[in-house]
Amino acid sequence: MTINTLAKGGCHREQMACFRKMEKVIVAMQDPDMGMKMRNQRLLITVIPHAMTGHDIITWLTHKYRISEEEALHLGNMLVKYGYIYPLKEPRCLVLRPDESPYRFQTPYFWTSTRWPASELDYAIYLAKKNIRKQGELMEYEKERYSLLHKRINHTWDFVVMQAREQLRSSKQRRKADRIVLECQEQAYWLINRPPPGVNNVLDTGLERPNNFSCRVTLVSNFIIEACRKALGRNRVKSSICLEGFLKYSEQYLNHDPIMQGCLPSNPWISDDTAHWTMNAEIVPVPTRLRVERWSFSFTELLNDAMGRKEFMTYLEKEFSAENLYFWQACEDIRHGENSKIVEKVEDVYKNFLAPGAARWVNIDSKTMDKTLEGIKRPHRFVMDDAQMHIYFLMKKDSYPRYLKSDLYKNMLAKAIVPQETKKSVFPFMRRQRHSSPSPAQTATQAAEEEGLAKGAGANSAAGSHF
Amino acid sequence: MACQGLQKGETLESLKRESETLKKKLEEERNKLNDVELHQVAEKVEVLSALSIKTRRVLKGHGNKVLCMDWCKDKRRMVSSSQDGKVIVWDAFTLNKEHGVPLPCTWVLACAYAPLRSLCLIMNGYLGLDNKCSVIPLSLDKNENLAAKKKSVAMHTNYVSGCSFTNSDMQLLTSSGDGTCALWDVESGQLLQSFHGHTADVLSLDLAPSETGNTFVSGGCDMKANVWDMRSGQNIQSFESHESDINCVKYYPSGDAFASASDDATCRFYDLRADREVAVYQKDSIIFGASTCDFSLSGRLLFAGYNDYTINVWDVLKGTRATILFGHENRVSRVRVSPDGTALGSASWDSTLRVSWSFSTGSNYIFRFIKLLFWVNSRLVLEFTVAF
Repeated sequence: MTINTLAKGGCHREQMACFRKMEKVIVAMQDPDMGMKMRNQRLLITVIPHAMTGHDIITWLTHKYRISEEEALHLGNMLVKYGYIYPLKEPRCLVLRPDESPYRFQTPYFWTSTRWPASELDYAIYLAKKNIRKQGELMEYEKERYSLLHKRINHTWDFVVMQAREQLRSSKQRRKADRIVLECQEQAYWLINRPPPGVNNVLDTGLERPNNFSCRVTLVSNFIIEACRKALGRNRVKSSICLEGFLKYSEQYLNHDPIMQGCLPSNPWISDDTAHWTMNAEIVPVPTRLRVERWSFSFTELLNDAMGRKEFMTYLEKEFSAENLYFWQACEDIRHGENSKIVEKVEDVYKNFLAPGAARWVNIDSKTMDKTLEGIKRPHRFVMDDAQMHIYFLMKKDSYPRYLKSDLYKNMLAKAIVPQETKKSVFPFMRRQRHSSPSPAQTATQAAEEEGLAKGAGANSAAGSHF
Repeated sequence: MACQGLQKGETLESLKRESETLKKKLEEERNKLNDVELHQVAEKVEVLSALSIKTRRVLKGHGNKVLCMDWCKDKRRMVSSSQDGKVIVWDAFTLNKEHGVPLPCTWVLACAYAPLRSLCLIMNGYLGLDNKCSVIPLSLDKNENLAAKKKSVAMHTNYVSGCSFTNSDMQLLTSSGDGTCALWDVESGQLLQSFHGHTADVLSLDLAPSETGNTFVSGGCDMKANVWDMRSGQNIQSFESHESDINCVKYYPSGDAFASASDDATCRFYDLRADREVAVYQKDSIIFGASTCDFSLSGRLLFAGYNDYTINVWDVLKGTRATILFGHENRVSRVRVSPDGTALGSASWDSTLRVSWSFSTGSNYIFRFIKLLFWVNSRLVLEFTVAF
């Protein structure tokens, strides 16, 4: 058959790597010692050599990669989908069946990685051959494509028909077994390069990338040099210390990870019961025990939880150091807020926290204070960063540990509920109704209003938001 | 991006040689403090009990490949974007579609939920035409024409591949095929900071969950993962050990490390304090590239979606594969664990989204067995009565 050997089309980089790996698997499968056992397959009256059954393929893959049969079936299916193995029975359907169906290896000539451009001309010749060989052998979609091609490359149609006839004639001189094999090989090749409607196009790789940066060699080298120089000056920590950190973290959070340990009262997705979410909503009258425990893991955990932060604020009020947290919150607001409001917010912060005699004066060391005051003259998003950091670490080292030892926290922990695990419904047909919850847009506006009311008073807001 | 010219006395050759020597030196420095491997340290950790993760919800509604999805803070809603040009907001718990926003272009590569209000962020990434990033406020009024309220925020010279809100709804980080990342002010659409250092398309970014909240990591087609300081725009750390494009980067929950998923069929784990790669998650039987990854809540598990339609679940500490999920019928484009860690959402080119979760608590098995007995019994009773 004719394959246009013109330019090798833009083979997608990512795919080439996969193809090479698949080819390694294929080559290993054909290894004379460790490879698959081939046998002759009888197809009606012809005997086709070097065939193997679907079952054999799966068994071989299972042994070679020590994977489950399901995974081996999946991997084998990929090999078939990409045309490295094709079926002899039902050659139109590129699917691996785990039974006695016969399969053969595709010839390297037709390997997808070779990426012959699979041009319209070649496709036309292939379809013409099929048409001539047996009337009505073309499928509906093939007929459509054939007539489309006929219109498009009408000027070379004589060549197409002539080539088709020529190839058919020369193939008639081969043995029947060889002829069948060649037909199957060609068909598999075209099933991949011109997939029928409704079948995934395995050669589809999405957006083109990368963009061509090859001209910027100087840029590349300069970036690397700069990055390396900086990296060489870094302080590094010993591996053993860092890695222990991961172990500790995973252990600490193990009980909080629903995928690992489940959750109480039940995982809403499993039981259709949203109690877990209701109990762990942003603001609840009584939090769960796990949640309160989590506040003790790190200062960030405490601050990230709205209830935790509120509790901490209450504690600080008792200690007469609440201005620290208010200051920190105001700084966060500057850092993450709208650009247009920065100047105004910085003014406010200065008035309330930094100016001499301010209502909520924060205690910052003189060096940081000077630097901040200097920066305020030209306010920008990060002008409060140093001061904020100072106060943050002050709270973390001082107030936070004391809070964890305080009665306030201990009472919270004691009061916290430990939900009962829901006994799962034994009758499968008694499904609970899955209720819709109000959109977060609505609850967000509710919460914002409540926050506005509550801010001044500093009281707990009574209305919890439901999910 | 302008090309930096050669300085006096430099040649292309000399620059290349210098960068090679520096790279080698850096490797040596990093190895000096490498006294133990992760899987060795993890030997004392208990082996994971058999994970039973099943897919139980399939969200159908997109007409073409689903390219991205994200969870809402309420732990049950998600937003997804697709090649059919639509962005849909789902209540994954009830399978209801709540909003659908048609967009004027295809290849909506990424979408994300805003942390505070439900401002849904949509990204339009289409080669050469509409490389903008838009923000849409969501409301309860289903009749409202949401597409009309779209506000264009970011603009790149090439497709926008990834996006994320920072800790608030007011700032947006984007990564682009033009090789840069950028920080934008949502209100004014102004560019606040841009990040240069990648030498090819940047495909993904993730914000650090750290105390100071000032850094993020990005990964791209130059096989590098870079850590950036949002304030100064500086590239703080760089890791280059993948053998192909990095499709996705995600921070470990503590913020001390991150994972990356790449076309070289591996996922890798990088420690930021030790400044090196500490684990490679790979298997001979995994041939196709990984396009996405995410950690479970405790960071013990890494879920990675691959181009062979599967999701592999890795034990982060031991380096072994815990389980594999089948079900999707085309590439998995995105996996995300829900905000409270109860479920795993996955989006795929087969135009569906799936939600999976774990059935791995011991008591389950007893109940399932009893359930089975009852079911068998009830079936027998039914057939018995029908016969009469």
